[in-house]
Amino acid sequence: MKKYIHNLTITKNQKLSDDTFILEVIVPSDVQEILPGQFVEVQVENSTVFLRRPISVHDFDSKTNSLSLFIKIVGEGTRKLSTLIVGDNLNIVYPLGNGFTITEQRNVLLIGGGCGAAPLLFLARTLFLKQNNIHILMGGRTDIDILEIEEFEKYGTVFCTTETGCCGEKGFVTDHSFLKSNIPFDMIYSCGPLPMMKAVAAYSKIRNIPCEVSLENTMACGIGACLCCVTETTEGNKCVCTEGPVFNIEKLKW
Amino acid sequence: MVDLSVKIKSLSFKNPVMTASGTFGYGEEFDDFIDVNQLGGIIVKGTTIANREGNPYPRMAETPSGMLNAVGLQNKGVDYFIEHIYPRIKKYATNVFVNVSGSTIEDYIAVAEKINELEKIPGIELNISCPNVKQGGMAFGTSCESAASVTKEIRKVYKKIIIVKLSPNVTDIASIAKSVEAEGADSVSLINTLLGMAVNAETRKPILSTVTGGLSGPAVKPVALRMVWQVYNAVKIPVIGLGGIMNATDAIEFIIAGATAIQVGTANFIDPQVSVKIVASIQEYMERHHIKSISEIIGSLKIK
Repeated sequence: MKKYIHNLTITKNQKLSDDTFILEVIVPSDVQEILPGQFVEVQVENSTVFLRRPISVHDFDSKTNSLSLFIKIVGEGTRKLSTLIVGDNLNIVYPLGNGFTITEQRNVLLIGGGCGAAPLLFLARTLFLKQNNIHILMGGRTDIDILEIEEFEKYGTVFCTTETGCCGEKGFVTDHSFLKSNIPFDMIYSCGPLPMMKAVAAYSKIRNIPCEVSLENTMACGIGACLCCVTETTEGNKCVCTEGPVFNIEKLKW
Repeated sequence: MVDLSVKIKSLSFKNPVMTASGTFGYGEEFDDFIDVNQLGGIIVKGTTIANREGNPYPRMAETPSGMLNAVGLQNKGVDYFIEHIYPRIKKYATNVFVNVSGSTIEDYIAVAEKINELEKIPGIELNISCPNVKQGGMAFGTSCESAASVTKEIRKVYKKIIIVKLSPNVTDIASIAKSVEAEGADSVSLINTLLGMAVNAETRKPILSTVTGGLSGPAVKPVALRMVWQVYNAVKIPVIGLGGIMNATDAIEFIIAGATAIQVGTANFIDPQVSVKIVASIQEYMERHHIKSISEIIGSLKIK
């Protein structure tokens, strides 16, 4: 897939919570395709931040060419991005990485932890258009970490867990009672904190359900040149930016 | 029309802008963004005799005005390069150099001998300055004797251009440059990364899996400029300058300090088009200053 570098104009900055927001840009019509699970490298201008920041594609509408990025403020770079307003410039290198496997007419389960849910909305919408039966399980520390439930509910049945119990069932995502119902899932997709994805991977392995996870290793270039973002796979060290960020758990040394 | 071309020995470069090893993959990674053929040259990823997996993750830490890396020469080995990568990249109409790395002198010789057979590779960059490998690497580049001996052995087997990439992690880089010049190096490139370190205060753990790593980016530029100036005044062979070059002004500063050519490294990670932008902006600078040929300003630093 061809990659681009573009200076785009921000068309929306929507605050979701104290530390999360959505940036939206319209990409030029020559950008043919952006896949669920892919990411962009965002330049943080007018700041001391040196490297670009890899941000997953939250949603992409191929009719309007609107691309949205769900961002959590974790440091100086993302804080600066949160202050951008409509009309500001956003320089991005995109679309990067491989994307999730899209199944058709299957029972699928999407498991997101905190802001790890970011790439799952676009995935849910894409799977919905392919007539999949979609279950979505969201986990967080508290209810503030569970975002956009109404958006996800458009595409499937949503279940929640929080560590505090203030939203959904109390505990981790893998503790949710609905997972004990032994629904014959054909595919599990997950994105979130590493311990959560490892627990999801263990759940999938026991039940022989194919599982894809999206990794978020720190990276510099995003295009396979610096070799900084590698993860250990059964075929040696692989760049998360080009061979991932989505990996089938069978390929990972987990 | 200004003349941007430069020469190293008999080899012509259409302009003085090259890309640094380890920051530009094999060129192909940048095909979507630029026409690689517009560059003076590219230096591909460090190549060793056998496959190397490199160091464990994490390998990178962002630092003020720069970054640390500890990749550790991950590459699939010279035979893989010759069989699978060279056939794809030999189409480039620019000077493609292979960065040759090793743990022992025998390794360096074996890689150089194989690369010598590749028609479309006009030269090698001898990497005696990688700070991220346990054996060899920088060890060869931090004493005059070992730098000289590896250069001497490679000169016996490698017939084309040899650029020796120098380490800044030394007391007197000019004497190292002189020692490799004496053994037949055609050029020296400097600087490789500066040995550095990053600590996470919350966890009291190092950020890099290897604890230490190589610092690059604008943070190292003043050190690199100083070293290019010192080496330029010590040797007769062309000097290739690199270290934190982010734009054409940086590049021109290196040329004024004595660099015949420059390499763009870490900047490629931030702007994949930066290398060709630098070529265009150097041309504009020359037109603005009525400089007909870039060679007029090499080492033209006005001290008084």
